Amino acid sequence: MTPLLARGLSPCRATLDSRATVIVQETSSTPAVALNASFLAGSLYEPDDRAGLACLIARALDRGTERRSAGVIAEALDERGVSLRIRSTRHTMTLSCTCLAEDFDEVLAIVMDIARRPTFPDEEVAKRRAEAVTAIRQDEDNPAVRAADQLFELLYGPAHPYGRRTKGTAESLGRIDRTDLAAFHARRFSPGSLSLVIVGDVEASRALAAAERELHEWTGPDPGPVVVAPPPPPAGRRVARIAMPGKAQSDLAYGFTTISRLDPRYYAYWMMNNVLGQFGLGGRLADSIRERQGMAYYAYSTFDATVGDSALTVRAGVDPHNVERALASIDAEVLALGADGPTGVEVEETRAFLIGSIPRMLETNDSIAGFLQTSERFGLGLDYDRRLPSLLSGVTLDDIRSAAADVLHPDRAAVSIAGPDPEPGAPS
Amino acid sequence: MTLSLVPAASTPVRRATLDNGLQILVQEIHTAPLVSVWCWYGVGSGDEAPGQTGVSHWVEHMNFKGTTHIPRDQMKGIVERFGGMWNGYTWIDQTAYVDTAGSTALEQMLFIEAERMANGLYEPEDCESERTVIISELQGGENDPDQLLDTEVTATAFRAHPYRHPTIGWLDDLKGLTRDDLYGHYRRFYVPNNATLVVAGDVAADEVVRSATRYFGQIPEGAPMSRRRVPEPAQVGERRVLIEREGATGYVKVVFPAPSSADPDFFPMLVLDAVLTGAKGVNLWSSFRGAPPQRKARLYTSLVEGGLASMVSGALLPTRDPFLYTLSFTALDGVPLGELEGRALEALESVRRTGVEETEIVRARRQLRARLVFETDSVTNIAHQLGYFETVAGPEFLPAMQRRIDAVTAAEVWDVARRRFAPSTRTIGWFRPVPEGPGR
Repeated sequence: MTPLLARGLSPCRATLDSRATVIVQETSSTPAVALNASFLAGSLYEPDDRAGLACLIARALDRGTERRSAGVIAEALDERGVSLRIRSTRHTMTLSCTCLAEDFDEVLAIVMDIARRPTFPDEEVAKRRAEAVTAIRQDEDNPAVRAADQLFELLYGPAHPYGRRTKGTAESLGRIDRTDLAAFHARRFSPGSLSLVIVGDVEASRALAAAERELHEWTGPDPGPVVVAPPPPPAGRRVARIAMPGKAQSDLAYGFTTISRLDPRYYAYWMMNNVLGQFGLGGRLADSIRERQGMAYYAYSTFDATVGDSALTVRAGVDPHNVERALASIDAEVLALGADGPTGVEVEETRAFLIGSIPRMLETNDSIAGFLQTSERFGLGLDYDRRLPSLLSGVTLDDIRSAAADVLHPDRAAVSIAGPDPEPGAPS
Repeated sequence: MTLSLVPAASTPVRRATLDNGLQILVQEIHTAPLVSVWCWYGVGSGDEAPGQTGVSHWVEHMNFKGTTHIPRDQMKGIVERFGGMWNGYTWIDQTAYVDTAGSTALEQMLFIEAERMANGLYEPEDCESERTVIISELQGGENDPDQLLDTEVTATAFRAHPYRHPTIGWLDDLKGLTRDDLYGHYRRFYVPNNATLVVAGDVAADEVVRSATRYFGQIPEGAPMSRRRVPEPAQVGERRVLIEREGATGYVKVVFPAPSSADPDFFPMLVLDAVLTGAKGVNLWSSFRGAPPQRKARLYTSLVEGGLASMVSGALLPTRDPFLYTLSFTALDGVPLGELEGRALEALESVRRTGVEETEIVRARRQLRARLVFETDSVTNIAHQLGYFETVAGPEFLPAMQRRIDAVTAAEVWDVARRRFAPSTRTIGWFRPVPEGPGR
């Protein structure tokens, strides 16, 4: 028997009269449907003096619409076991959830109502603002978050949209009122800015008809092109430390700015990052820092390429006495891969892993929806899952070597450390 | 309408027991060209003696470090070549290993698990190097005030039962454990008669049983498992713990002794938890997916909508012995913890006084029904559920779950609330942040 998904995805895509894009993939593994509605409405579009606005909208969006009160929405979703997630990133705001197939029409209607007609009642905005301030306080107490935030500020500068904290500050949130939320919504939530992905046990024609019904007669401004300024050129090595007394462990964040998602070198960078800090427990970094030296529970690197020049980031959590040793080990691995590139065996192992992992990446409705959303955002095509193996197969050892040589230079790294100072005189 | 808890393209679970006692469960699922192999051992931190805490979890780490037939540096790469992932986890009743990859990797995965069961190397230098990795894992957890509070509350709520110590172990024990402690634990518990092999995915059940027999059939049976855990004496008065440390946010936990999975109270308690904090389902492995549907849940409406907390959550998990029902609250910035605690206890007292509405029971049942469907969305999750319940609760639990949830009545929920939320049996923990600086 050939498994259904072994043949690849077969999504339908339609542009509705309202100019919204809808993509549907039928699956039948569970009697459930995943919805993923993504708008070009991330923190990139906030006014400079309203940092945190998009995050606050994500908290307040589903707290009442012109047609449904917050209580009615809560009851309708709760009784169907649906937990609606609204997540704001730098570029997008995404409403996503999974519902039983039998609840699909009603849940889609509620989600689209929330996206189209939020009312942002003052009382709800005040409560959600207090929650957002608490979340900022929690971040301030979290060495991993502090180290990462500081790293992005070092890499991009505090004025760049990738260098700012997306949650804003208690002060900036204090300046935001419901007028700001409503104005941002009117500007950025429009059918032309929407990509709606539906994956699950629902016929494509029925799902498209339901989407058409919910998005009918909705108009709004054109989202315009997405423009991200380039980061400042790397200015030599930068190191910054945040003292967090009372914490048990230090967090390291170390990185470089690299390329955008649509750069033709993307696949070479992806494979290079896999060798450096992903393969197995965490690539060469985990082999050295965790496996050989026993210094850390986690040491890995990530490369999440997006619209603008994106970061390659190394992370490790270590005993405060081992910070310098861990940093030296990261430098050594980065230097070696940058100077010599990966071995032929590493390249073939990484290639086999990435190609072989595609079915696993596309196993659940939720993960298929995320994959199709990314494909749509970057114009990769409805057959991207089937083209991906050949894109990875086309990358040569020299391509990866050049990628590593371009970016992996410890003398250009930004380094951010958050944690307790080691006690003076304590053995290291 | 009846909803199936396993995907449409699956067959009934095939069961087999080898002569050495190994249980084998196979679920065919032909929706994706994938297979998930889990090997479960009936040993967890609840089986550890004082002074040896953390040994089960450390042993789990050691079992990724090479075997007689798989050199240490080749453990990594076998499953990866098939696009696979692997992992392991340890909790109070069980230790589990998972490999999920393209279905053509089945033989390699069975080989790895058989090697892990019988032929671990436990080189002394690897044991030493892993000691500091685990201490780093412990310290990383301590960076999170909520996790720190959870450890302290659990240790306060139990007097005698070994569930009281954290699965990762106490720091001094981690410093003192030896290679022989680790190897002795491994040899005692990693035997076929204490294990369940679960395979779910695009495979033929008969072939899986044949291959598993080839890989595991020669491994000798171990001594019969004698599991005598110290019973927990009944709690006769409220207990409290207060942590004051540098930090930014306050946290409160309220815990009560929970029914074990075999206790008739378990399902009424599961429904009660859904009424109070929203239904999570019962999959420990997929329980990290974010907030449950809880906007109409009692503690959410009274504390989050009431402007005292930014987050509420409840945790009831199926366990072999009675563990804890844990309610957790994150205080909104500036809210006194006493006020938050007072409102939470008031909400619990209200359930004890007047029970719950029929509409709340209906909503909880519907939520649980949906969550049970959502948490079987991958071969990895399906195999996890089969192995978890086989190891912790026995084979009858999983197939009966939906029926037993549907059978729960409002009267039963009121009854468990009255008995199990008695103030004399609760333990309350606070994490109160203090400003940075000396004087801690």
